[in-house]
Amino acid sequence: MEHIRTPKVENVRMIVSPRKSTVGTLYLSSTHTIFVENSEALKETWVLHSLVYNVERLPTNSSGSPLIIRCKNFHVYRLLIPQEKDCLDVLACLTRLSRPEHYGELFCFSFNPNLDKELREKAWGFIDLKAEFSRMGIPRNLWQVTAANHEYRLSDTYPSELFVPKSASPAVIVGSAKFRSRGRLPVLCYFHRDTSASICRSSQPLSGFSARSSEDEQMLQAIMKSNPLSEFMYVVDTRPKLNAMANRAAGKGYENEDNYTNIKLQFIGIENIHVMRNSQQKLIDVGELAAPSMSDFLWGLENSGWLKHIKAVLDAGVFIAKAVAEEGVSVLVHCSDGWDRTAQACSVASVLLDPYYRTIKGLMVLIEKDWVSFGHKFSHRYAHLDGDPKEVSPVMDQFLECMWQLMQQFPCAFEFNERFLIQLHTHIYSCQYGNFIGNCQKERRDLRLQERTHSLWPHLWENRAEYTNPLYRTDHSQTQGVLKPLTTAYCFKFWKGMYGCAEKSVASYQSSADCLNAVREESQQLEEELSAHQERLAQLEERKTSGERKKTNKLSEHVRRPIPTESELSSPQDYFTTPRSEKNTPSFTLQLQLATPHKNGDPDDLSTGSDFESGVADLSSYSSSGGDDTKDPDSDEVVKANA
Amino acid sequence: MELSEHIKTANVEDVTLRRPFHPALRGTLCVTSHHLLFSNRKDEASWQLLILLKNIDAIEKRAVGSSGTITIKCKDLLVLQLEIPGMEECLNIASSIEALSSLESVTEMYPFFYRPSHLTLLGPWGLSTTEQYYKQTERLWDRWRVSKVNSDYSVCPSYPSAVIVPREVDDDKLIRSARFRQGGRFPVLSYCHHSNGMVIMRSSQPLTGANKKRCKEDELLLQAVIDGSELGYIIDLRSAQQAQQARMTGGGFESKSCYRHWKRIHRHHERGKVVQESLIKLVEACSDLSHSVDRWLSKLENSKWLSHVHSALSTAGLVVECVERDGHSVLVHGSEGTDNTLLVSSLAQIILDPASRTVTGFLCLLEREWIQAGHPFQQRCAHSAYSHARLKQECPSFLLLLDCVWQVWRQFPLALEFSEALLLRLAQEVYASNYGTFLCNNEQERCAAGVKENTHCLFQSMLKPDIEEQYLNPLYEPTDLAIWPSVHPQSLQLWTGMFLRWTEYAQNMEEAREEVWSIVKEHRERV
Repeated sequence: MEHIRTPKVENVRMIVSPRKSTVGTLYLSSTHTIFVENSEALKETWVLHSLVYNVERLPTNSSGSPLIIRCKNFHVYRLLIPQEKDCLDVLACLTRLSRPEHYGELFCFSFNPNLDKELREKAWGFIDLKAEFSRMGIPRNLWQVTAANHEYRLSDTYPSELFVPKSASPAVIVGSAKFRSRGRLPVLCYFHRDTSASICRSSQPLSGFSARSSEDEQMLQAIMKSNPLSEFMYVVDTRPKLNAMANRAAGKGYENEDNYTNIKLQFIGIENIHVMRNSQQKLIDVGELAAPSMSDFLWGLENSGWLKHIKAVLDAGVFIAKAVAEEGVSVLVHCSDGWDRTAQACSVASVLLDPYYRTIKGLMVLIEKDWVSFGHKFSHRYAHLDGDPKEVSPVMDQFLECMWQLMQQFPCAFEFNERFLIQLHTHIYSCQYGNFIGNCQKERRDLRLQERTHSLWPHLWENRAEYTNPLYRTDHSQTQGVLKPLTTAYCFKFWKGMYGCAEKSVASYQSSADCLNAVREESQQLEEELSAHQERLAQLEERKTSGERKKTNKLSEHVRRPIPTESELSSPQDYFTTPRSEKNTPSFTLQLQLATPHKNGDPDDLSTGSDFESGVADLSSYSSSGGDDTKDPDSDEVVKANA
Repeated sequence: MELSEHIKTANVEDVTLRRPFHPALRGTLCVTSHHLLFSNRKDEASWQLLILLKNIDAIEKRAVGSSGTITIKCKDLLVLQLEIPGMEECLNIASSIEALSSLESVTEMYPFFYRPSHLTLLGPWGLSTTEQYYKQTERLWDRWRVSKVNSDYSVCPSYPSAVIVPREVDDDKLIRSARFRQGGRFPVLSYCHHSNGMVIMRSSQPLTGANKKRCKEDELLLQAVIDGSELGYIIDLRSAQQAQQARMTGGGFESKSCYRHWKRIHRHHERGKVVQESLIKLVEACSDLSHSVDRWLSKLENSKWLSHVHSALSTAGLVVECVERDGHSVLVHGSEGTDNTLLVSSLAQIILDPASRTVTGFLCLLEREWIQAGHPFQQRCAHSAYSHARLKQECPSFLLLLDCVWQVWRQFPLALEFSEALLLRLAQEVYASNYGTFLCNNEQERCAAGVKENTHCLFQSMLKPDIEEQYLNPLYEPTDLAIWPSVHPQSLQLWTGMFLRWTEYAQNMEEAREEVWSIVKEHRERV
């Protein structure tokens, strides 16, 4: 609290678009920036400090001091503060609060959703990796758990429990670990029951120009032999070959095919974290362009190189999945340290191979396994603490985007929807839950996160209805077996739901998925209603009276529920001013509206209201019925928790 | 010359057919006056592929030893390969296709021979006429009338015989106004707003020329349109500079001093050849699977197709903003008033008029605003994206409309009663069809050729209940509101259903569509 000099500023203007803004009061708490509109609705916007990416102050003008808050989930808030002094105070405060220096300052340590100790512990057990490895059906005669990394002796960034080939002796395990960057030896990541081929992962070997390790060579041999049917294995180096070669000068590098028997080395060419960071920044800039022409936009998209990188990650996954499923050949995947590109490639391949990872629970398990437990450096990559900006990179963003791109190609294959991915993305950055704090298992243990913070997974699971894809059906052909996506260039699209902030806040869309979800829900309700009616009918018939009172009305009422209300459809845009995109409506989310039951519970008024005939946009109706859609969805929980 | 004289080899056996994502098939190839027929009789089950020769945009022949390969590129973007044993047969087939796919004479075209048993040539042709439309539209009766001044097509050769004009403007004035407009396309009513009574008019450019000629009747006509209200908008689909330049060649624009109550807004739209070349470039970009992402994006950008979509939707949005929100009448025109003008006026109606979003409403809109309004379909759709022929008057204006409607549907998946399937069918029919609907360039030509008497109407056949069903949008929920599409480039996408129609990509989408249907059907059963 000592950083908050001005906890409250009045008459602040939140600028939604050049034509639309609202006046309200700005509050700064130790965890959130809260904007409360002066309107009757007292609409609130909550912005978590840990989600703030940067705060920019523009020169003061006659109407006040403009302040732009950019968030790590690509939301942007534009404020106009009447007094320059207040603006400077808010700026200083937000700058400090959005860059915590110690783990202890993170929101997860103060976030309290009122769970008792027992429930909290149970929540942390929600995802069980032991159960996951046994789900894979790993044959115990070929693979075993080694205690070699007990107390993180071999590799402090690996999980303490590792699956290795049964034939690998302790000496081979230790020797191999010594020959790998940070001791990250080759271990099992995914076992494909259908072919007995596996995906293993590691860091790069310390081969330099000529170094060898017979233990490491034996380790690879053991992995290959754990797949009894195959005669060779792939080593997939996810780096561009040039980068891999450059590493040799530093005593690292890649496997020499002459030294390792029966391996095939394959480079994939995913660029490093610095290239990705810069690429994403360019993409964000494209998304923020206020009034681009079609050419500006497409050129910017091309220039960012982002989709090219997404394709590279997906290509890596496709290569691995193909080797494992079609050729039945095991694959060892590594990059440099084996915690960024390797995690991407392995997890994308797993999603392609195993339908389980395309479910809500399955994706949680996969993230917990391939990312959290194997030491993906969450706190560094997502800047949880004020640290080296060169360590920051959107590695996980790219994985989530690969999921999204796949969902575009296979609309029926995934149990989760886009909202789930976006929610995951937000929480990877938000520090509200303890799951993604720290950089490896050891660090997490030392921080005693399970005792001091809460787990995200059960929370998402409870709300899974919101994250479910209505087209998903377990018996659909797209949900069976291996996914074989196209990676033709035209398959890759700009992820508007994630990066389209200039547009996100203004466009009025209907969503077919939401409509379908509503339809499904209705179906279910109707079913229940029908049986209730039948029961009642039976009762009434006994009394010789008709029980069919208004049945049909009721039904049609239900079907009509997904009709959007006026404010949702009529958002005239600025077609007048040549391609300018900022429009005059507040952010619109049909999702929120549909997720909640109809406001006045009488859908009939939609068709009878006379003012609907004109369809003329009534701006006053936007603000009231627009509801709290700009409110940070996360904040709901906070409110509840604090209440 | 009889059509059959073009056919030197009518039948070839042992032809191999290759299609994308299907195993190669062997069978018999037949060429008839209007069709290419491939049939494969294997294990009793016979499979046939029937292609209208008119659908073939380009062919490429290649000799491989003693046999030849013909690559057939269709106007609906399908590409097929035929391996024909025997060089002579191959060349004969190729020359037959070349000759028969580019027939110029309308009455020789297939719609004049198409006689399915379930359709009859008796009865009215088309869905509606101007008079019927007027009769059904009560809000027009007070201030508007049907004029038959063009009944013999002498006032405007490309207009229908009947048009709707302000009641107080007599036919003499119309004739004078027509003389002052390119091609005689004087301002006529396109749409009257369903609640505020404001209208969308369309015309061609005024022939002011370098000397700034005036036409009193034309001015009076437009004055009558706004009828005492303060202001109307003229949306000129050319840049101000282009409009200025048009004066040098006899065209021009409505100057402020002469049309005092009209405010002119210029919006630049590409036309003709430029748009056709965009289509060619786009299809070329889509068919090369080896592109890197960078190269693909660069080619997509370079094609400018999405820029045209963007302009069309933005200007349509502007028109709707004028009519719907600001409550002013609008006159839309470019130069000839037969392409972009129709594109913008019909898109505007889809955005603001719920009636045009039903299957029937949409087809009626197309009939009114494209067929009757004289979009020169025969010239514009002579060739599609593959043809090597020198471009004459080709321009995919209609395809651009379908793309824009698709963009609207994608943003408002509940608002249109029809589905993407309807748009795809139309995109196919406009280039090659069994029906007479898209034949000729205007009503006068259709009359002369006897289209109404001798061909079937596509729209009528699409509205037969069993057929209409396949074009319905399962999620349709009518709304009375305007549906304002976002025109931010982020919101506009490549129409994959059209341009990637014959790829694997489209197959997964098909499965998704089926899934949507099954959910909805399940629900309906419960209801």
